[in-house]
Amino acid sequence: MSYAYYPGCSAKGTGRAYEESLHAVFAALGVGLDELEDWNCCGASGYPAVDAAKAAALSARNLALAEGARPGPGPVDLIAACAGCYRAMLKTERTLADGGAIAARVGGALGAAGLRYEGRARVRHPLDVLVNDIGLDRIAEAAVRPLGGLRVACYYGCLLVRPYATFDDRRAPTSMERLLESVGAEPIDWPLRTRCCGGSCYCGGPLIGALPEATLKLSHRLLTDAKRRGADAIATVCPLCQFNLEAFQGQMARKFGEPIDLTVGFFTQLLGTALGLDERALGVHRMLRWQLPEPAGAEGGAHVLA
Amino acid sequence: MAEYMEYSPRVLNAMLTAGRYDDVLRSRAIWTCTGCYACTVECPKQLPVTESIYALKRASMRAGVYPRRFVTPVLARQFVRLVSKRGRSSEAWISLSLYLRTRPFQLLRYAPVALRMMRRGRLPLRFESVREPAQLRRILAALDATTGEDI
Repeated sequence: MSYAYYPGCSAKGTGRAYEESLHAVFAALGVGLDELEDWNCCGASGYPAVDAAKAAALSARNLALAEGARPGPGPVDLIAACAGCYRAMLKTERTLADGGAIAARVGGALGAAGLRYEGRARVRHPLDVLVNDIGLDRIAEAAVRPLGGLRVACYYGCLLVRPYATFDDRRAPTSMERLLESVGAEPIDWPLRTRCCGGSCYCGGPLIGALPEATLKLSHRLLTDAKRRGADAIATVCPLCQFNLEAFQGQMARKFGEPIDLTVGFFTQLLGTALGLDERALGVHRMLRWQLPEPAGAEGGAHVLA
Repeated sequence: MAEYMEYSPRVLNAMLTAGRYDDVLRSRAIWTCTGCYACTVECPKQLPVTESIYALKRASMRAGVYPRRFVTPVLARQFVRLVSKRGRSSEAWISLSLYLRTRPFQLLRYAPVALRMMRRGRLPLRFESVREPAQLRRILAALDATTGEDI
């Protein structure tokens, strides 16, 4: 079993640990990920603020390339791990399937460059693939080092479940909780898990925060609430959320007066830890802070990064 | 985010109804929307609120009246320019050029975070690019040649 894989720009930068841990986890479960040859930017949320048809054309080129790499007639699953890329390409998949004015223009534009899209691509998120294709039974079986009751705050953010809910509920998603629970974590009850972290002001700008005070306030609210509810760590599905929640905890402490020091990782890093994978393979050394309590009942050492 | 908008989405809607298009297109409010789709999901009338704000952003760009000193529209333009040229974005260069354009004095404040990211290989300085940017540019140019409703 293997899937076509779309990395997106952040997977080569701020979100490198996401890509590394995703590859490690899929390899450990015996599922292949074939990086899409010559992929381009999905358009994120910056391009559609300027030109909707061109934004669709960017994603459409990726969909056409995925199709070209896997001859028909069946559908082609294309995994996009970044929630922003996932939303952008899913929107395009639907725009093209609906066959309106933009679909016709985009089809023509692809043709001008010698490309064709038949409509076979299915944009998928790895969380969906893990829970619904690979299955929790198989994953639980592979968990040689269960998380021992680690209290995880599962953070979905905006774009994984909104506006489209392809595999979960838009208001109260549960996939990530079920996944991490199957490998021994104890997800906390956290109503804020789909609230915006404020970092999403246009992918491409990790150090930006269009409105620093607003971004800081929104992320601070999320972090302190997760901490108050007893979270040991936050699991994310988006490079921008991860970075935004991880990197500015120092600035928050200066502004709001109390240290937070909460580990914010990718859900694939926590899953990979349970699968017994090497911390380096999971990109743990790339994190700005990483400190998990020793799993209850575990014999091995603590998951601590000095 | 509505608390950071000078006009809330409801007020924007009322302004459009009252014909104050210019004030809406010049506002920072539409550029404060992060596009998180929370309002779209919650709207009891199922109005496409987020997509409407995207459409207002595009109209504000086309009319050339977007707030010049505000970060998000400048970022969107920079982002579009880079992606159109190379096919991929570069987090480091987009951030840097944006700071230089909009608030150079803040660079120092964020430098420590940038350095920590660089040390961990998370802020590469090289430009990524698709193999044939010319092909991508042909696609985008083909769209310049056709027009249609932009919603």
